[in-house]
Amino acid sequence: MRETAGKLLAEGTVDVVIGYGRLETGAVGAVFVTKVADVDKLVWNDECHQDLVVYLTRKETKKLGRPAVVVKGCDARAAVVLANESQISLSDVYLIGMVCPGMKNTKAANDASGNLPLYDRCLTCQDRVPRHVNAVIGDEAKTNLLSPEEAATKGNFARLAKLRAMSPQERLDWWSHEFSRCVKCYACRQNCPLCYCNQCVADKNRPVRIDTSSTLKGNFAWNILRAFHLAGRCVGCGACANACPAGIDLDLLNLTLAMTAEKEFGHVSGREVGTAPLIGSFSEQDKEDFIR
Amino acid sequence: MSTETKETGGFEPKVIAFVCNWCTYLGADLAGTNRLEYPANIRIVRLPCTGRIDFNLLVKAFEAGADAVLVSGCHPGDCHYTAGNFHARRRWILFRELLDTLGIDTNRVHFSWISAAEGAKFQQFVTEIVEKTRKLGPYTGYREIVNN
Repeated sequence: MRETAGKLLAEGTVDVVIGYGRLETGAVGAVFVTKVADVDKLVWNDECHQDLVVYLTRKETKKLGRPAVVVKGCDARAAVVLANESQISLSDVYLIGMVCPGMKNTKAANDASGNLPLYDRCLTCQDRVPRHVNAVIGDEAKTNLLSPEEAATKGNFARLAKLRAMSPQERLDWWSHEFSRCVKCYACRQNCPLCYCNQCVADKNRPVRIDTSSTLKGNFAWNILRAFHLAGRCVGCGACANACPAGIDLDLLNLTLAMTAEKEFGHVSGREVGTAPLIGSFSEQDKEDFIR
Repeated sequence: MSTETKETGGFEPKVIAFVCNWCTYLGADLAGTNRLEYPANIRIVRLPCTGRIDFNLLVKAFEAGADAVLVSGCHPGDCHYTAGNFHARRRWILFRELLDTLGIDTNRVHFSWISAAEGAKFQQFVTEIVEKTRKLGPYTGYREIVNN
């Protein structure tokens, strides 16, 4: 990866490489490499859970010139969604795709063998080899992919199934417990590669659409809005849930919508280049058994 | 109307209807001019098109005390703006699932296509929803959680 990044910078193909690096805090986060001499700052390990595609739509990044971004399978899908929504052009960015073994959940407790477990969404991930990227780095044979059938019974799928087995009132109580911890920091929005509006409706104050105080009223309204604005778009990278300081299980909302999009419309966001956005298009054959 | 109030011990459901200006609103108007009686429990909010009906409005209605919500617009193919109702339909398919995962009672969210000529269908459907909501009782789940 360092070799590819160095080569891209040396040849002038790109002006900046956005990759993962060890930060002063000890955590792994984004580093912006503009000089060949600095490519040693780049790292790749199982702590690289951040979705760096989020930087592509930021004006500060655009000032740095033509970018290369280190992406995992999920991040590459996010870049494809941005391209399909005309936010970026895939020919203007260089995607360095990393074959991903799944990321370690640093918030979880060690498992029986003393290691940190994978994130649930990484356990069931079907996109460990990034697609639609300029280069694929890593051994594609070592991805330990679960079969789709097996994945559908594990991890986040199992958590959603458990939730859906509850009664509506139990679900509502469960979510109010989750959302009661929300402090409206909007980290979920800031870290999402697909939340790119210049002005978010949550920040508009004439009229106030979303109650700005972090009461259950505002928290429900905000989380419903965030989830639904990503309907048919979310790629399940989990950047929102990872960023959430309150540990709210945002994956379940995203997964509900992603599963519905696939079931009803055969739509998997970011899987193909050039597909129309799900909500921005329609079919006359869409289901309407619930409409009188 | 007045007799039913006594029978149910005073509970009168509040049903908020978000309707399209070009069809259901006129359908309701037709029901009125034809003297078709329908329950006064329904509060109509007129919008330009079902495609304009933001999902936030449904959430807001439940926050504000609605016991049920109706969204109604033009039949597929009849949209005044060509395709607003097709876009709306796709959005509702997804939004209903989200509400279900959140535990918001989807038995209280109704959708229909009612044209300007279907005054009778409007009367019938509204009566049906109000009766169904009356049986379900007041919707306190979401309202109590978000308003305390």
